[in-house]
Amino acid sequence: MRIKILVRLKGQILEPQGKVIEQSLNSLGFTEFSNIRQGKLIELDLPDNISKEEKAQKIDSVCKKLLVNDIIEEYEVLG
Amino acid sequence: MSFKSAVITFPGSNCDRDALCYLKDLTKGEVHNIWHEETSLPKVDLVILPGGFSFGDYLRSGAMASKSKIIDEVVKHANDNRYLLGICNGFQILTEIGLLEGALIRNKKLKFLGKNCFIKKKFKNNFNSSIKDNQILQIPIAHNEGNFYCDIETLNLLKNNEQIAFEYCKGEFSNTEENMNGSIEAIAGITNKKKNVLGMMPHPERAYSDFHQSQDGRLIIESLIS
Repeated sequence: MRIKILVRLKGQILEPQGKVIEQSLNSLGFTEFSNIRQGKLIELDLPDNISKEEKAQKIDSVCKKLLVNDIIEEYEVLG
Repeated sequence: MSFKSAVITFPGSNCDRDALCYLKDLTKGEVHNIWHEETSLPKVDLVILPGGFSFGDYLRSGAMASKSKIIDEVVKHANDNRYLLGICNGFQILTEIGLLEGALIRNKKLKFLGKNCFIKKKFKNNFNSSIKDNQILQIPIAHNEGNFYCDIETLNLLKNNEQIAFEYCKGEFSNTEENMNGSIEAIAGITNKKKNVLGMMPHPERAYSDFHQSQDGRLIIESLIS
């Protein structure tokens, strides 16, 4: 099964890339968009035959060990 | 007794040679260069994690390097109360290992900053003991992610334990912006609680020789040796 993990900077942390994207969009005339923040999406495969609990536990473990730095980031498993 | 040291090289390190020359010239002692896949580290007084872009800065700066084989030995070295210095990418690696608090995030203005900066010591430790209070050091920075971040509780701990080693300041003859990268409280370098591990964004190994613009970087090694 395909796993998608969304990693983003925590809300209180300055995300300067989003700010620059917002400025560019504004200059293109898209002034209705605001509070833009950029994150990252990590996709990976897991075997289909593992249980729901095992899947959750494995994802949590890779996020904590490497994929996410919980001082500055938070994550969400999509789908 | 002669001072022994080592520099760890990761794929993408680019200040390892500078760090080796810095140590050879200033310590006059034995200097080892250790590849990140090694599983043993010689008994040395100081280990440097050098600057660069280890593993291409993939995922997060320092994230991959912090899981390298040699890191267990580096942690043992630090737990033995011996000195560990992370410069620039090395500082990022130390926070990713968890030996130092906080994290280094994108510079607030999104620019890669490669220029001279000015720092002074905040709290005394063995890495800065030869530096006078209020003495301003000119040392170059070269980074994209040097904006030191930690939460308020951690910041209070860093202050209460006197773990802030260096902060950015205005240079005497310069109008350079004081805190270019946006670091919380203009922090340029911190130590661990025991003060034997230092991480700093400025590059002292680029400020020690006659051909450098400044020789202030010598003071770190002189502090450790004295």
